[in-house]
Amino acid sequence: MGREIKIDPVTRLEGHAKIAIFLDDKGNVEDSYFQIVELRGFEEFCKGRPVEEMPRLVTRLCGVCPWAHHIASAKAADGVFGVEPPPTGKKLREIGYLAHFLESHLEHIYALGPAPDFIVGPDADPAKRNLFGVIEKVGLEVGKKVIEHRAYAVRIEDMLGGKSTHPVYAIPGGVSHPITEEERDEIRKMGQSLVDFCLFTLDVVDKYILKNDRFLELIMSPDVYYHETHYISLVDDKNKVNFYEGDFRVVDPKGREILKFAPEEYLDHIAEHVEPWTYLKFPYLKDKGWHGFVDGPESGVMRSAPLGRLNASEGFTTPKAQAEYEKFFEFMGGKPVHNTLTYHWARAIECLYSAERIVELCDEPDITDRHVRNVPTPETYKGEGIAGIEAPRGSLIHHYRGDENGLITELNLIVATAFNYAGMNMSIKKAAKALIKNGKVDQGILNMVEMAFRCYDPCFSCATHSLPGTMPIKIDIFDKDGNLVDTIQRG
Amino acid sequence: MARKISLALKRGASCVGCDIAVVNLSQKLFDLLEIADIVFSPTLLDVKYDDLRKMPDKSITIGLYHGAVRNSDNEEFAKIMRDKCQVLIAYGACAHMGGIPGLANVSNREKIFQTVYKETFSTDNPKCVFPQTEWVDDRGHKLTLPEFYDEVYTLDDVVDVDYYVPACPPTHEMNMEILNLIKDWVEGKRDLPPKGTVIAREKTLCDECPRNPGKGKKITVEKLKYISEVEPDPEKCFLEQGILCLGPATRAGCGAPCIEANMPCRGCMGPTSFVMDQGGSMLSAIASILGISEDEIELSEEDIEKLVSQLKDPLGCFYRFSLPKSLLRKVVQDREV
Amino acid sequence: MSEENGKLNILVFTCNWCAYAGADLAGVSRLQMPTEFRQIRTMCSARVDPEFILYAFRNGADGVMVAGCHPGDCHYIGGNYRTRRRMALLKMLLQQFGLNPRRLRLEWVSAGEGQKFARVVSEFIEEIRKLGPSPYRKQGAKHGQENITCPEKRG
Repeated sequence: MGREIKIDPVTRLEGHAKIAIFLDDKGNVEDSYFQIVELRGFEEFCKGRPVEEMPRLVTRLCGVCPWAHHIASAKAADGVFGVEPPPTGKKLREIGYLAHFLESHLEHIYALGPAPDFIVGPDADPAKRNLFGVIEKVGLEVGKKVIEHRAYAVRIEDMLGGKSTHPVYAIPGGVSHPITEEERDEIRKMGQSLVDFCLFTLDVVDKYILKNDRFLELIMSPDVYYHETHYISLVDDKNKVNFYEGDFRVVDPKGREILKFAPEEYLDHIAEHVEPWTYLKFPYLKDKGWHGFVDGPESGVMRSAPLGRLNASEGFTTPKAQAEYEKFFEFMGGKPVHNTLTYHWARAIECLYSAERIVELCDEPDITDRHVRNVPTPETYKGEGIAGIEAPRGSLIHHYRGDENGLITELNLIVATAFNYAGMNMSIKKAAKALIKNGKVDQGILNMVEMAFRCYDPCFSCATHSLPGTMPIKIDIFDKDGNLVDTIQRG
Repeated sequence: MARKISLALKRGASCVGCDIAVVNLSQKLFDLLEIADIVFSPTLLDVKYDDLRKMPDKSITIGLYHGAVRNSDNEEFAKIMRDKCQVLIAYGACAHMGGIPGLANVSNREKIFQTVYKETFSTDNPKCVFPQTEWVDDRGHKLTLPEFYDEVYTLDDVVDVDYYVPACPPTHEMNMEILNLIKDWVEGKRDLPPKGTVIAREKTLCDECPRNPGKGKKITVEKLKYISEVEPDPEKCFLEQGILCLGPATRAGCGAPCIEANMPCRGCMGPTSFVMDQGGSMLSAIASILGISEDEIELSEEDIEKLVSQLKDPLGCFYRFSLPKSLLRKVVQDREV
Repeated sequence: MSEENGKLNILVFTCNWCAYAGADLAGVSRLQMPTEFRQIRTMCSARVDPEFILYAFRNGADGVMVAGCHPGDCHYIGGNYRTRRRMALLKMLLQQFGLNPRRLRLEWVSAGEGQKFARVVSEFIEEIRKLGPSPYRKQGAKHGQENITCPEKRG
């Protein structure tokens, strides 16, 4: 008589997913499924819409990472119209985008994932496992600092994009408006403060997580949060991480480069697999083929986003982030690193890179130039555009085809979270299998199962600054006849 | 000291931007927490669906539902929220009018599934596997997914709604206004507005637009221009420049952030309550100013057709955020003959 | 509008100064024409808000005709200039909605054109008969909403 454990919905990661865990007769995990229950159909209803409107339409794919879609869409539209932004336009797009990375990553670090889970504790009192608990442990000053710095990132997004959520900045050929010198000074000042704050964040990671033996054990153990997969990242010609443009680089579980291709060639290397139990598709490496949710060099599964980017690249172009990158791999004992929990640390390093790069861009002499856009002409129109970028949560591809009137005929979107979806599914199963034994399930164990996918910061996360909340999870355990056998509640 | 009210947040087919809008209250979030306990919000808290189901009816003071009604889950929870909350607010453009997910009404379930799971360039699905509402794996485990409806509905299509907050997402100022309204109500200083009110201004965006050329200025559009063809002038009214802007058919109250960023309005606040159909209203406005000439009598009907065919994608443009709330609601199939 | 079996729902808007007078003339002259339509008089064809037409289709209209003064003859000078632009754009929109655009027709009928009125209306009804009932006839909003009502002015 097997049992089913349902986590519905998954929380502190948005409510449109659920987990079903099936136990065998002995009470051990037989199988688990991480189901995405939502679909809206952008790939269908964007057909017939003007290509130039796409950067404003696709932001509604996600209100947490609208900038990622906004930028990818503008780049794909650039391709369709056959224009490139002038240098200033490109740099401004990048500044807005980096500010978004900071907003998104900092939210996750302090309020959703590692801070509550590690600073307070993975099986600590659920009522404390949120930002308030974090503040209690590290002090009110930290809380204020977090809100203040996230607000800086939001302010930069507002200044450039008009609205931080659903910006109207990037358009075919550039951006909608330049910045003044005063604005540049303000952005630079905030950027510099963010650099310091990111260094502080890395310090927090070091002090509260890496120097804690128990957590270190959790991080290092190959039995719970560990998968040997391929990794993918967008890199420049020196293989350094670049969020905005470059080629996709894929490394195998041993860290060897096996692919490097321009986004325009993605169809040769990436395909999507469909399963009947979820609305989200699974991108995988075509070169390897889809062999299911398995690790290894022959599996098509790849992982993206912070850890994936660190593994698949040779570092960062900014000095402080590069130093942290090297420190990371030294500490972990070499490349690549398969330990899923280190996603959180990698995320913090990316924050530092973003902040440093904002300051760098502000120092460019042409950043306040008025020429921020190259207007397309009918002669330049190409009719097809493919954009590949790195979003906070993973690689992102937008591919548009437009007709002679500039209307979309077909499109393809491979979203960032999808790149990690197979990895997430596997991570939950492995953690569940390792932690749930002989039918014994309690709230601490359940939280540790959730920690498996929190690493990826799936694109249905939302920050919370406070909200003293309990972290209740209720598990109903049913027998095969659907009778309620047991109920576990925490919080 | 007034009692603390309770607040619940639930999303339908939403991008979560509306949750972020609440979070972006930033320091003001503490003001909110002084007067309200958030008792349910899967995005922000770990209260589960069963906990919500167990709460007594009408035990939650205010419920905010954002997102459109796209599937059976969305509908089920709209009804649960209606039962549990005394005041139910349709928060954001999607709950109000369908929003951008509402554009899916140009299609239907079958075509959406075909495109997403079979036809997109990178999808590899030779066995035509589609997501199932119910599916059993080879070990007898049953998995369910919510049923994807054939069309998108707004919140008030499925339940009785007390108030609406438009915009995509509601702006910080709008949220502050609502926060103050709730605060005053809780403290007995103000009544809540009449049921069914859209909590926003009744004027159109042109009223608060910084580029409004002023009374008495007549605007006519000789030739429509598109952002992909021109560099918008940052001072002039968009319509004056020939660039389509939905300001005349859209409520004011958002602060015109898009205009400030040098981009035209696309109507996310929805129409004023004097209008039945946002798209029809905008259609009428733009047609009325298109190429009115001295030699009108010389223009044939074909000339007029050519004039209006400058408009690309009227449906997607005029009904960007309001298709499910429009008069026609969705695309159909007619005979050719 | 009722949905009696086989009966078409056809609506004709006529402007007071030209088309309505023309329709009147057709009646007084006892010209033969089908009666399967309803007529609404407005002061000017420009008073016909596109929303009225959308509302009509929403509530089961199979065809809508708008009849006004010839360009140049509008009692209000330029009303029909707006009308023809709105109707042309509305046709484009209806087409996007999937409706056969022939379900919306614009005609210029002067006060003395009783014959023309009879002819164009007869033709239109015949055309709609061939097209059959509008696909919007059966589209109700979910949960019992058959027809929507005009929103009341909110204070």
